[in-house]
Amino acid sequence: MAERLAPRDVIGKALTDLGRRNPKVVCVDADFNVASKITEFQKTFPERFIQVGIAEQNMMGIAAGLATVGFIPFASTISAFTSRRACDQVTTSIALPRLNVKIMGLYPGLFVGKNGASHQSLEDIGIMRSIANMAVVHPSDANEMVQVVDWAAEYQGPVYIRVGRDPAPLMMPKGYKFQLGKAVTLREGRDVGVIAYGDLLEDTLTAVDGLAKKGIEAGVLNMSSLKPVDEEEIVRLAEETGRIITVDNHNIIGGLGSAVAEVLCEKRPTRLRRIGIRDVFGKSGTNDEMKKYFGISADDIARQIEDFVRSKA
Amino acid sequence: MMPGVSEVKRLEDIANRIRVKVVKMIARSGIGHGGGAMSIAELLAVLYFHEMKVNPRDPKMANRDRFVLSKGHGCPALYAAFSEVGFIDESVLPTLHHADGPLQMHPELGLCPGVEMSSGALGQGISAGIGMALGSRLSGVPFRVYVCIGDGESAEGQIWEAAMCAPKYKLDNLVVILDYNKFALTDKVDDVMSLEPLRDKWTAFGWHVIEANGHSIPQLIRAFDEARTIKGRPSFIIMHTVKGRGMKYIEDTAASHSISPTLDQVEAMLTDFCCEIEEVKRTLAGLKEKH
Repeated sequence: MAERLAPRDVIGKALTDLGRRNPKVVCVDADFNVASKITEFQKTFPERFIQVGIAEQNMMGIAAGLATVGFIPFASTISAFTSRRACDQVTTSIALPRLNVKIMGLYPGLFVGKNGASHQSLEDIGIMRSIANMAVVHPSDANEMVQVVDWAAEYQGPVYIRVGRDPAPLMMPKGYKFQLGKAVTLREGRDVGVIAYGDLLEDTLTAVDGLAKKGIEAGVLNMSSLKPVDEEEIVRLAEETGRIITVDNHNIIGGLGSAVAEVLCEKRPTRLRRIGIRDVFGKSGTNDEMKKYFGISADDIARQIEDFVRSKA
Repeated sequence: MMPGVSEVKRLEDIANRIRVKVVKMIARSGIGHGGGAMSIAELLAVLYFHEMKVNPRDPKMANRDRFVLSKGHGCPALYAAFSEVGFIDESVLPTLHHADGPLQMHPELGLCPGVEMSSGALGQGISAGIGMALGSRLSGVPFRVYVCIGDGESAEGQIWEAAMCAPKYKLDNLVVILDYNKFALTDKVDDVMSLEPLRDKWTAFGWHVIEANGHSIPQLIRAFDEARTIKGRPSFIIMHTVKGRGMKYIEDTAASHSISPTLDQVEAMLTDFCCEIEEVKRTLAGLKEKH
């Protein structure tokens, strides 16, 4: 069995390695360092680790202040609270002055260890994507996660990074290097184009590989860069397949499905089906229970793809 | 040390010039936050011309002291102070509120030299100040950080998150000044959301609390001198002020918050601020032409 790693299991080491190379990197935390596993950074650089307690608004402001002095703050907590709770602070104190703050949202989407609706962020991509100056990224595997941490430190400006909670295989091709605004093709196919990212990429690939045995050839793009999205690749895939499916661990309103719809409507009108959470709140449950409950499991994705390909309309 | 008579007079004159410029800017725009600008004129004169280390030729000097106007709507006074310091040219002031100008209705970092943090959405300035004060310590570049908050603004929850946080980090290079003009946007602070007992609250949160009359230059200087002697914790200055100070027709009212003065009111205010008659005439003529 291939190696499985959770993005959150690698950010502690990635930030610590980065911190050794770059003394400007600091971490600001809202009492989530143990769950987010950035304690390695805290232990290695105690003076560069700022613990503000469960006060996400204050955390964002402090990160902004540190950035004005030339530091590169990584501010992290549960993604629901980086976006919903501290939305105005992210907007006014960070994005408006375009400060160099990196916001890490842990436990994105439905997968929050049974914590349920209050902790599930089904809005964060929509919120962050609609804030000017903000880049939005959700790395799809642990290697890409490490690359995004390093990339974010080099990129000048605010970034929102979703950090997946649970293990996944390494899915990026050999030699892959993350670039903002660039998607990568993981499967070639001309029957339908599937665009996915993050926690649901593995299920998407499982679904697509299963359908290949039935003779349905789906092209798959990994769209870790959620803002900006890779418009050229979306249009190319639409031209090659004529049908696009998006897979969101997020409300279908505001997530990748919305971003792709915006591109297609303006640049190449194409039939589109959005898989994701259909404008309802989440529930308590394991990841597998959540996937089945909300119709986003590998089986559900496969059924939707097949239905979409076979439908005449 | 007690400031000399001439130093007090110098700073009072600067505060008066700030008020004159605020009236002219707001009159030209047609609307502006007069009340909360007038209450901080002496504060800005003392900060930028006595207390803080700033360099007019280099607004971004690494070891400059930082001032964050958390109650961002008071920024006509800040822009006026910047023109006194030399961060911006006086000729820019008439562009207050122009869409493509540096003087937005709430200050924006990066648009206007001297602005240290974007503000306007209330409650956020102390947090930014904490980040700056921590940044000074971490970088080893010594500077002090001053944040001015409003009394109406003090109802924001983030103010109290920050109030808890700064003492934890023993930030004695941080001074927060409350512009306690006793009015929020719509009514008296005591009626909208009382802050009292204010001294007890901030003391309990771990701050060194000082009270001063915000329109007394000597009292402000003494307050900042005292704050410099405090080690191991941040200082909080309760600055008692009058909203709309000097705008007699509307002074000490909630209505002074946002004003659209008539030509007669502009003339009366400029005369009260001892402008030369010729200057008053020129200003009014300019306003008539514009409107």
